Amino acid sequence: MIKKHKYKMRTKQVFVLLLLTVSFFVISSCETDETQTVANFTELVMSDEFNVDGAPDATIWGYDIGIGDNGWGNNELQYYTDRTENVTVQNGVLIITAKEEQFNGSSYTSARLLTKGKFEQTYGRFEARIRVPYGKGLWPAFWLLGDDSNGTQVWPQIGEIDIMEYVGDDPTRVFGTVHGPGYSGAEGITKSLELDGDRFDTGFHVFGIEWGPDYINYYVDDVLYNQITPEDVPGEWVFNRGPFYIILNVAVGGALPGSPNAETVFPQTMLVDYVRVYKNSYNQ
Amino acid sequence: MKNITFTYRKMIFLLGCVFTLIVSCERELSDEAVFATFPTTAEVFIDAPVGLGTNFYFPYNGSKATAWTVDSEVSYQGNASMRFDVPNANDPDGNYAGAIFRIDGDGSGRDLSGFDALTFWAKATQAVTIGEIGFGEDFGENKYVTTRTNIDLTTNWVKYVVPIPDPSKLIQERGLLRYSAGGIGPVGNEVGYTFWLDEVKFEKLGTVAQPQPVILNGQDVIQQTFNGSIINLAASGLTQTFNVSGSNVTVNTTPAYFLFASSEPSVAAVDENGLVTILKKGTANVTAELAGVLAEGSLEVTSSGNLPAPPVPTQPAANVKSIYSDAYTAVTGSNFNPGFGGSTTQISEADLNGNKVQIYSNNNFTGIIFDSTVDASALSHLHIDIYTQQSSTSVEVQIRDVGGNGEIETNVFTGFPDGDDKDFRFTISGLTPGTWTSVEIPLDGDLAAQKNNLGALILAGGPDFILDNIYFYSE
Repeated sequence: MIKKHKYKMRTKQVFVLLLLTVSFFVISSCETDETQTVANFTELVMSDEFNVDGAPDATIWGYDIGIGDNGWGNNELQYYTDRTENVTVQNGVLIITAKEEQFNGSSYTSARLLTKGKFEQTYGRFEARIRVPYGKGLWPAFWLLGDDSNGTQVWPQIGEIDIMEYVGDDPTRVFGTVHGPGYSGAEGITKSLELDGDRFDTGFHVFGIEWGPDYINYYVDDVLYNQITPEDVPGEWVFNRGPFYIILNVAVGGALPGSPNAETVFPQTMLVDYVRVYKNSYNQ
Repeated sequence: MKNITFTYRKMIFLLGCVFTLIVSCERELSDEAVFATFPTTAEVFIDAPVGLGTNFYFPYNGSKATAWTVDSEVSYQGNASMRFDVPNANDPDGNYAGAIFRIDGDGSGRDLSGFDALTFWAKATQAVTIGEIGFGEDFGENKYVTTRTNIDLTTNWVKYVVPIPDPSKLIQERGLLRYSAGGIGPVGNEVGYTFWLDEVKFEKLGTVAQPQPVILNGQDVIQQTFNGSIINLAASGLTQTFNVSGSNVTVNTTPAYFLFASSEPSVAAVDENGLVTILKKGTANVTAELAGVLAEGSLEVTSSGNLPAPPVPTQPAANVKSIYSDAYTAVTGSNFNPGFGGSTTQISEADLNGNKVQIYSNNNFTGIIFDSTVDASALSHLHIDIYTQQSSTSVEVQIRDVGGNGEIETNVFTGFPDGDDKDFRFTISGLTPGTWTSVEIPLDGDLAAQKNNLGALILAGGPDFILDNIYFYSE
């Protein structure tokens, strides 16, 4: 399927370059599935390839534990833990497992990893290669939150960049969103990408943003599918400051995906092959 | 395409010889020449049947043979669709519509292994549920019959998907489409309607994923039985479920899609048809997989060894109307596995040196449904031979007369006969474990006045027992 996309892109290439003359659309001949050239920043500053079995690298990843306030603000149903059952590294991938089990009053458990206080950065290219779970009620995400300056600032003023979100009953579609003051929650500025003849839960796909002053570009594999700029948001652009940290999680239930139903199979896993962050080579 | 195939196949032997002898290093060509390949054509019906040949429409017995036509007035795309006129129940030409579409010609077929589903657009004259639509039926081996059941059509064109349980199996499939549809309304008074299919074809959707094959309704069944018994894993249905673009679609399948395995083949051997044959005393676990995915559901079967031989009936055949016995010819066929909703019963038939018995395991309620009713007005008793290994075994036998309308009618609140039905109930208990007991049940109670349309025996409780020599007779 990746190949099909590439073929399409190449046939469109001439038109794209002529009509849009957007310099980010530089599409070279493709070699492997993991290669994508819709981004320009190449100076790697942090990566976790998840090559060491066991708990994730504690110098990069911390955890949110519990149920948060109102199910992490979304009436989510899971209890986040850092137990091996919910988060572990095996065979070169990070595995976040959502389970159906009674745990501290919740009916599901899962995990939410974050780099807050360990790795934070303004601008750059944030990319992960992920295979998502499936089934009604599953809600995995790869996203960024702005640092809260020791609690002196609150969401949505801190800014949120959702690089990849997906709901398990729509396995052919992912969406990328920004939230800020005046455009948070359901009013976030969002766009989705739908695969033609393929699904996100049956193989790995690369999800990324390239983020610089006054723009955030969204890509999946070798498809650059959205650019968000200050003109696109109805409120203050809160993405020209930082830093932001990375979050990887699998939520169960909540307002967006709805609750699991009789067809939902547990346990469900999100597999992360790598997380890589590159420096903004234009402005830093 | 047909010509090419024929020519090719005639040439195989010659080509094989020539290249093997002369250029034996040309591995690719000689390898290729070994296998006949079949067309990979996707389309079944677009604006006309595609590649089916001349003689391809075969209606089911009892269905209205003219139900299908090509409709050039109605179509989803192009200029024609498949039109199906489902008849009224009183249609003299057949009271339902159903048929297979099979590629004409022995040895024909298509290679469907590159697809993952049969798809079509459909609508009907009213919102209606179509009983069955699928593929894989060829009136030959019917090896890969795959059916999606209870498909809800609307009055608007909607696309439907029938996933292929394991595409790699379908390298020469003749049965490209099958359907069966009855009218709407009360049994016996159904009213017909019309539905259309268009753009019927096989596709590689890429969105058919996450297979969940199931045997034995997904239950881990524990069954106690005897040497010589045969348990049919397919009797309770074999299914494959895929997540198709976010929600599940389940199809009924055949054993040929599955790979069955026994943990102790010397105790219980399982063949490619899903028939488990019990060979000796012991315990075995039988599981199945489909395309490498372990099926939900399993059978743990324990044989207690040899079953004592049942009694030999002594009634003269002239006095008997038999339902199940090796001593008499049955007056009617019967359904021993009616699959009542909520029933937990496992039923298997064992062959003890040519004498067949019915083994009931974990029975709450089941029945023996006669294919045609039995007139017992001149008969006085029902005979049953029963065997159990537990002294607590207690089975209620309900002899049901179904009345003139031939329908089993039961009050859903009381469980007693309704309409023109009558029954007589008799509880068998106090049995001696490890031996056969002959039970003579009089046709008493309400049956004394109405026993000319006996239609079923309902069996409640037990839970574990074996039956043989079930017949009505006169003293």
